[in-house]
Amino acid sequence: MTENTPGTLLRDIDSINPVMPYLRQERIPHIWCPSCGIGTTVNCFTRALTESGMNLDEIAIVSGIGCTGRVAGYLNLDSFHTTHGRAIPFATGLKLANPRLKVVVYSGDGDLTAIGGNHFVHAARRNMDLMVICVNNFTYGMTGGQVAPTTPLGAKQTTMPFGNYEAPFNLPFLADACGASYVARWTVFHVRQLAKAMLEGLKKRGFVFIEALSPCPTLYQRRNKRGDGVDELKFYKQNSVVKNGADTKELGLTFNGPIAVGKFVDRERPTWLDAMNEHLGKVLGAEYLPWEGGNG
Amino acid sequence: MNLTSPERQGKGTVFVRPEICKGCSFCIDFCPTHCLEFTKDFNAKGYHFPILARPADCSGCDLCGLYCPDFAIYGERWKDIDARQAKGPPAATASAPKPIAAPRVQDPEPADPKGVLTGIHFMDGDHAACEGALAAGCRFAAGYPITPSTEVVERFAARIPMVGGVFIQMEDELASSIAVQGAVWGGQKSLSVTSGPGFSLMMEHIGLAAITETPGVWVDVQRGGPSTGLPTLPGQADMMQAKWGSHGDYEIIAIVPNSPQECFDLMVKAFNLSEIYRCPVMFMMDEVVGHMVERVVIPPASEIKVVPRKWTHKPKDEYRAYATSKDDPVPEMTKAGAGYRIHVTGLTHDERGYPAMNAVAQDKLVRRLIGKIRDNADKIMDVREDGVEGAEIVVVSYGITSRIAMSAVEEARKRGVRVGHLRLVVAWPFPAKRMRELAKTAKVFIMPELNMGQMVLEIERAVAGAARVVSLPHAGGSVHEPETILAAILEVGR
Ligand SMILES: Cc1ncc(C[n+]2csc(CCOP(=O)(O)OP(=O)(O)O)c2C)c(N)n1
Ligand code: SF4
Ligand code: SF4
Ligand code: SF4
Ligand SMILES: [Mg+2]
Repeated sequence: MTENTPGTLLRDIDSINPVMPYLRQERIPHIWCPSCGIGTTVNCFTRALTESGMNLDEIAIVSGIGCTGRVAGYLNLDSFHTTHGRAIPFATGLKLANPRLKVVVYSGDGDLTAIGGNHFVHAARRNMDLMVICVNNFTYGMTGGQVAPTTPLGAKQTTMPFGNYEAPFNLPFLADACGASYVARWTVFHVRQLAKAMLEGLKKRGFVFIEALSPCPTLYQRRNKRGDGVDELKFYKQNSVVKNGADTKELGLTFNGPIAVGKFVDRERPTWLDAMNEHLGKVLGAEYLPWEGGNG
Repeated sequence: MNLTSPERQGKGTVFVRPEICKGCSFCIDFCPTHCLEFTKDFNAKGYHFPILARPADCSGCDLCGLYCPDFAIYGERWKDIDARQAKGPPAATASAPKPIAAPRVQDPEPADPKGVLTGIHFMDGDHAACEGALAAGCRFAAGYPITPSTEVVERFAARIPMVGGVFIQMEDELASSIAVQGAVWGGQKSLSVTSGPGFSLMMEHIGLAAITETPGVWVDVQRGGPSTGLPTLPGQADMMQAKWGSHGDYEIIAIVPNSPQECFDLMVKAFNLSEIYRCPVMFMMDEVVGHMVERVVIPPASEIKVVPRKWTHKPKDEYRAYATSKDDPVPEMTKAGAGYRIHVTGLTHDERGYPAMNAVAQDKLVRRLIGKIRDNADKIMDVREDGVEGAEIVVVSYGITSRIAMSAVEEARKRGVRVGHLRLVVAWPFPAKRMRELAKTAKVFIMPELNMGQMVLEIERAVAGAARVVSLPHAGGSVHEPETILAAILEVGR
């Protein structure tokens, strides 16, 4: 635990990076590329966990497959690395089996909104009590930089070698339209705001969607002559406009255009499980055994 | 230099682990006071790393820590450092796992009476299968409507509110077949139900359950295929898919009931086997068995034996989620929320459950996943034999076809043919050893099945030329005529 900086000559054996207690330390260093933003989002998430004061034994994390999907394997929580696109239905079963758990889905844009798009829209519609963190790097990182449902028009990807001509999703609009209880977008430049959104998400009941724009320097930025991760963070800094409460229709992203960030939706709707318990209790009366997870 | 040194200049300082820095410069560029700089030195990986070049300017705000994607730097305020030092080292963050109330051994227990509809009923196989699941302690089911299996989940949806549990109709079979696995890791026993094309969609998650050793039962009420095929008519053509349908090497158990009563009884057995071996169990019904209404006797809960999960009771620092021993190839299990902080992945993994991307780990894991079933095939085997000892002809069948085969066998015996009947209750693992034994006296095996010749290949493989093997294929949509099977018996018996 000694973390000694040549520049400061400091020694403090009790000192520990605040992220470390949340990581499976024996698995660090991680596999992510230099200046990839995924690790930055993990810092924000762990700060949110600290702030939340929640019992970490009651938080489970579910990822799909992709670079972001590896987050589950690094966090020292009950963690599940499932199949590509299916983190949300796995998380749905986990949450319903034991409603006392706070279940967080942490995955990539391709995973959650291409192959997993159907599950995403239905979980939002049902207001399943899940917090979904989507690291949107506009690409399929893990498989080498193919076009994603989020790739801005014009951007080059290996399967759009002459530039993307397919219209991308506006994810906050999608989540809002499907009924999410909480929708926010930040970038990895906005570390404090992102951590705060994650904290709010942890405290919120219902379907929470947090989009974190993040560089994939290896496959998106460089291929599109946007420099490195740090250049992309500077781009976020210069081009982001905070628009809390904005109409989500207006939040589409373009290759070089402004980036609307902020909290867009924060509303109360009964969760799927609350609705089930309430409805069946009303209809079936004393016959109904409300579900709280049993002894599971 | 120590922490009380007069060299304290700013309000805070930073700590760096140069060896894991990847030189991204996030910390340097986004430090609000610009007090960091890259060293001229390189770390072992060849990256420059940051140093606190202007200590007087550092506020200890930890923005660098928030930005650093490699967890290589963070900042702290002096006053927080001092407070922490005064308090002493931080208390261990890990809490002790909560004991799970369950016996240490996997001894069968009586069923929970809440789920048991004791009595004599007239119900179809689909409903009986649902009752079997409830009796076995299943409290979570997920499905997507598809003929002829829908009645299983319809009944579950109607019954579970009074039993205590959840049914959810998911958006497709990809979702239902993994939602049930989430529920298992949440501590429940779970059931997924489908037919035809839905079974194809579930295949990826059969592989996931196999590699993550997630117990559970997958019902396939077989209909005619391929594709949409014959939605309302029977087939038995998913038998090979049940075993081989997901990619990669793995083993499953498959059970084939031939009556509504068996849909109940064998469903309990299916859950029990899935808990013992921690593998997916395929419950291979067919449209006729699913829809036929017969007497179903559901015994009192105390007479139904239910195998509990193989819960671990190890202390947290000793428990390794996928550790096994020579004597016991099935790891102990836990669930989310129990305090163990497990990692479960569909990647090849080591004993801790951590990804291990190499041929050695692959060999160890895959051999164990397969060995735990193959090495126990004799224990798992369940065949129902009738007059096979010394018979020259053995008819082998399963599911609905077995009922027709039995009547054909009886008729042939009346006509003086020495013919036995063997019914596969457990179709996978295939009872190859038993077939080889029978092949010592039997000259011919006849296998009628509602497919163009699937399980018959297993008989051929098992007896390896020691006896003749006759296939009686049927493309599905109806069942065999008893006369067809009888004619085949008489033909070979001549
Ligand atoms: C069924 C299936 N199809 C395809 C793949 C290959 N695959 C792995 S990750 C991935 C895309 C990942 O993109 P994203 O979710 O955006 O994550 P990122 O790597 O960008 O963080 C794909 C297509 C797979 N694992 N499974
Ligand atoms: S490929 Fe892209 S997303 Fe994946 S680790 Fe590298 S930079 Fe990050
Ligand atoms: S703690 Fe704050 S001021 Fe000090 S180096 Fe880090 S970012 Fe800069
Ligand atoms: S942010 Fe981290 S990885 Fe990047 S240069 Fe600074 S210490 Fe190194
Ligand atoms: Mg991506």
